[in-house]
Amino acid sequence: MSITIENISILGYFKGVGADRLSSLLPLFGQRSFSKGQTIISEGESEQSLYFVGAGVVKIFKTSAEGKEQIIKITRPGESFNDIAVFSNGPSPYSAQALGTTTVVYLIHKNDLMPFMEKDWKAAQNALHVLADQSRLLLNLIEDLSFKNVMARVAKILLENSLHGAEGFQKLTQYEMAAMAGTAREVVGRSLKSLEDTGAVRLERHQIVIVNKDLLNQLAGLN
Amino acid sequence: MSTLPVLDPTKCDGCGLCVTVCRCGALVMTGATVTLVQVDDCGWCCDCELVCETGALQCPFEIITIED
Repeated sequence: MSITIENISILGYFKGVGADRLSSLLPLFGQRSFSKGQTIISEGESEQSLYFVGAGVVKIFKTSAEGKEQIIKITRPGESFNDIAVFSNGPSPYSAQALGTTTVVYLIHKNDLMPFMEKDWKAAQNALHVLADQSRLLLNLIEDLSFKNVMARVAKILLENSLHGAEGFQKLTQYEMAAMAGTAREVVGRSLKSLEDTGAVRLERHQIVIVNKDLLNQLAGLN
Repeated sequence: MSTLPVLDPTKCDGCGLCVTVCRCGALVMTGATVTLVQVDDCGWCCDCELVCETGALQCPFEIITIED
């Protein structure tokens, strides 16, 4: 199924832009499909197209030299990615991977997009909104990762919510832990992996097993 | 038979994103709504919970302590 005016008109960059204007842009869009787990963009790649999710889900993430992954954002239909590379003339600062079975993306090269935006104030204004929203999200993530010792708080949450078999098991989702720790779910996922690396806990399917309570207490700053 | 994520149908808006990310086929679209199907190999990847914007899907972890 090929891309239509209706597909474009719901994208953040083009909301409120007239259908006549969008029809001039439509032929400049490309469409690609990716299967689950396939890489769409690799960090550092010189990719100069702006991408939009048409169907499915795209994971935006950075990977450390040690192979640790930090999710930046989960991008859903209608949302864009690779904006930073397109507007900064630099390489892509993150990787993008298809999460959905069939993920469809629309893309437009900056050489086609820029002339359009120069002539369309509404699209340019929309772009500012999108980029401001993305900046806010990144600032929140920086705050979480830099100023909050999330791992210690997650350790404390695990200790406070662990019960022994006879008493039944306390259950918590990563969203609930994030809300309790005052952070993002993405940061909780990474904290749990870090705690597992220390040997204090073991992650087993739907269980978090505290295997070294003394160490977890220490990591939580409780002794 | 394995433990499955928890689905709250009253919160589900039927967007189907969870079905597209599910690795084991435990989530399927039935008409306009998502339903759970019993499978043996749900690996608790939590991707369905991650992509669900309405909070309809939850992957709770049991927190247990092994005594020394």
